[in-house]
Amino acid sequence: MNYNWDWSVLISEPYLGWIVSGLGWTIVVSLLAWVLAFTLGSTLGIMRTSSSSLLNGIATTYVEIFRNIPLLVQFFLWYFVFPELLPDDAGMWVKRELPMPEFTTAVIALGLYTASRVCEQVRSGIESVGVGQVGAARALGLTEWQTMRYILVPVAYRRVIPPLTSEFLTIFKNSSLALTIGVIELTAVTRQIEEYTFQGFEAFTAATIIYSLITFFVMWLMKKIEARSRVHGMIGSGG
Amino acid sequence: MKRFSLTSVLLASALALGVTTTAYADAGDSPVLKRIQDKKVVNIGHRETSIPFSYMDSNGKPVGYSIDICMKIVEGIRNELGNQDIAVKFVPVTGQTRIALMANGTIDLECGSTTNNLTRQKQVSYLPTTFITGTKIATRKNSGIKNVNDLKGKTLGVSTGTTNEKVLKAYIEKNKLDTKITQFKDHSQGWLAIETGRIDAYGSDDVLLYGLISKSKNSNDYTVVGQFLSFDPYAIMVPRNDSTFQRLGTSVIANLMSSGEIDGIYKKWFEPGPTDINMPMSETLKMAFKIQALPN
Repeated sequence: MNYNWDWSVLISEPYLGWIVSGLGWTIVVSLLAWVLAFTLGSTLGIMRTSSSSLLNGIATTYVEIFRNIPLLVQFFLWYFVFPELLPDDAGMWVKRELPMPEFTTAVIALGLYTASRVCEQVRSGIESVGVGQVGAARALGLTEWQTMRYILVPVAYRRVIPPLTSEFLTIFKNSSLALTIGVIELTAVTRQIEEYTFQGFEAFTAATIIYSLITFFVMWLMKKIEARSRVHGMIGSGG
Repeated sequence: MKRFSLTSVLLASALALGVTTTAYADAGDSPVLKRIQDKKVVNIGHRETSIPFSYMDSNGKPVGYSIDICMKIVEGIRNELGNQDIAVKFVPVTGQTRIALMANGTIDLECGSTTNNLTRQKQVSYLPTTFITGTKIATRKNSGIKNVNDLKGKTLGVSTGTTNEKVLKAYIEKNKLDTKITQFKDHSQGWLAIETGRIDAYGSDDVLLYGLISKSKNSNDYTVVGQFLSFDPYAIMVPRNDSTFQRLGTSVIANLMSSGEIDGIYKKWFEPGPTDINMPMSETLKMAFKIQALPN
């Protein structure tokens, strides 16, 4: 390959500073979006398994909308189209006054999209517990809410830790799409270094390693959580 | 005079025959020409939205000022190799992929709107400058912004990673303008932001700004203002470490300049050009063409 390697670009200023700041934004965007996704996704997941057709309908519609539109398009819609749908004053406020508009929009777009995926994981977890336990709980006189709170949710969440780990990893990787609306996160920074120095291979190698380190850390963390929350004698306790 | 030139021609042919018997119709020591000769194809990297330098026309075919110049270079390659059957393959590139694709040999020429600078020359080589532009800002005519200093307290958009971003940031910091900078992935998103009122002004190379204005719905509402904040000479990119190939490209472009053919190509794309960009050739560019018209 006809390329002039220069790894020193990664540790020279201002590029090192850029990488550090990009990493910071990646982590902040991902974590805040995850908080939103987990809270909203859990609520929706429980709604999807409720006997109320209204709650079920709302959650199903939400999932169908957010899961079926490409994430890249969602970023674009939230950033460019949403403010135009608001009344003029409110739209102008979103465009001009909203603190850190790119960042806020990115957290909301990523969080709402991931919520639809978390919702489906939670729903499958709850449904996997089986009708036997639900029947037993109802026979003992527990209400639907109590069945959910004391029987289904505690089992379901332990079961879905592995798929939720995947979602948590994915949110870090998906956060790179925030660069399309101007959040200068890790991938944006590597592209910026590429444009400034033309040393793209070095910059992208660094980004690859950093993303890998983040995901390894998340996997380690989730393994810890899985081990801590394990209940002996239940499914999944063997592993 | 006549006799002199005849002698020199004879001498040159004798030298060519004697020293490198296969100098004609051969790739010589150039790895790029060798590759082109073996595969019988020139791979041209082109941009998709760099109007009017290198973009897709309504039939999805790459066209533009830089593409026309590159096609002249392809003719030069065909003559050099003595093979008129060499085909042209167009490969779309972006600001992020152009270096990688040139370094790994996917493209032989990059015909877009790439600024030639010394940092980038560590990675690639450039042919002579074919266009000169610089950083300016575009704004709505009624915004009250007449030059860059008027950006005090306003919101300015830039495209991430461009040389324009670098100089505008530096200028704003130096003059303490307290301008909010919003970054965009590409020019079309940046332009959408100015049209929807998210930003007050958008900074880029002046020629690209004229291009964006000419394409926008209400092109009369926008204007390009300010002094040049940077000097951006555009040039065609070629792989590094191949002086034979670079010389071939340089000689084609120098001939276009000395014969005045380049003025016709310029006229075709800029005065007013298919996109109504209407940019008469600047005095700087006229001078640059004169200086770069190296004799044979």
